Amino acid sequence: MDLFTIIFYAFALLALGAGSVVVFSKNIVHAAFALLFAFFAVAGLYVLLMADFLAITQLLIYVGGILVLVIFGVMLTNTVISVDVKTGTVQSMPAVLLSAALAGMLVGMFWSTDWKVTTQQTLPEATGNELGTMLLTSYVLPFEIASVVLLVALVGAAMIARREKKA
Amino acid sequence: MQEFLNWLKTPGLTHFLIVSGILFSLGVFAVLTRRNAIMVLMGIELILNAANINFIAFSRYSTGTLDGQVIAIFVIILAAAEAAIALAIVLNIYQNFNTVNVDEFNRLRD
Repeated sequence: MDLFTIIFYAFALLALGAGSVVVFSKNIVHAAFALLFAFFAVAGLYVLLMADFLAITQLLIYVGGILVLVIFGVMLTNTVISVDVKTGTVQSMPAVLLSAALAGMLVGMFWSTDWKVTTQQTLPEATGNELGTMLLTSYVLPFEIASVVLLVALVGAAMIARREKKA
Repeated sequence: MQEFLNWLKTPGLTHFLIVSGILFSLGVFAVLTRRNAIMVLMGIELILNAANINFIAFSRYSTGTLDGQVIAIFVIILAAAEAAIALAIVLNIYQNFNTVNVDEFNRLRD
């Protein structure tokens, strides 16, 4: 048992445990806070996979941005004191069967496939520099399109969420 | 059995893929069963995270280049845009219909 193994299992169990709380909790506020731990654990897995820049990005955008948005949504659409019954689940049995079958199929496929794995470590120690170069050379078109998509999304979100004046 | 224990002790590509597969199934379960629109959004975020783990795991263990990480950055960008738009739509629906139950949205206008 080296350190890598211990940290991997810690983050993997945290991600799956928090993910289960998100999915199975009846209280939507508990689910939102469990989502925080799930995102944090996934960022830890990114660090183990030599993706330092992406781990920080995950913390900044998911934990700092998307999660705050989600909690805003929870606060604005639910009366927090009384837990809304509509956060409960429907069609549990077929969904359990379908999800379990999906999980079994995916895990079986991942387990049985003979993946092409490189033995030596080829990624750089710090990925930020090289990622920036790639974004502005070979991936410059998707990069520009993504910037336009973000602009349109911001303008659209502001438009949609604005309270209309009752004339 | 001994072989399986040894496999457990050395995390590699398959371990990360299995974690992401289970996380993906959890997200699909949330999307299928939850009737609160915000809970459905949380399930979608779990699914996107599971996909990102796959991209980065293959980038580390299989291709050995950073292309997978660049794709993961684009996934995060689109997830941010998706969350902003979706929550704006949910808030607007809540103002108009006073509910966030996805089964009750059956009209596009008042």
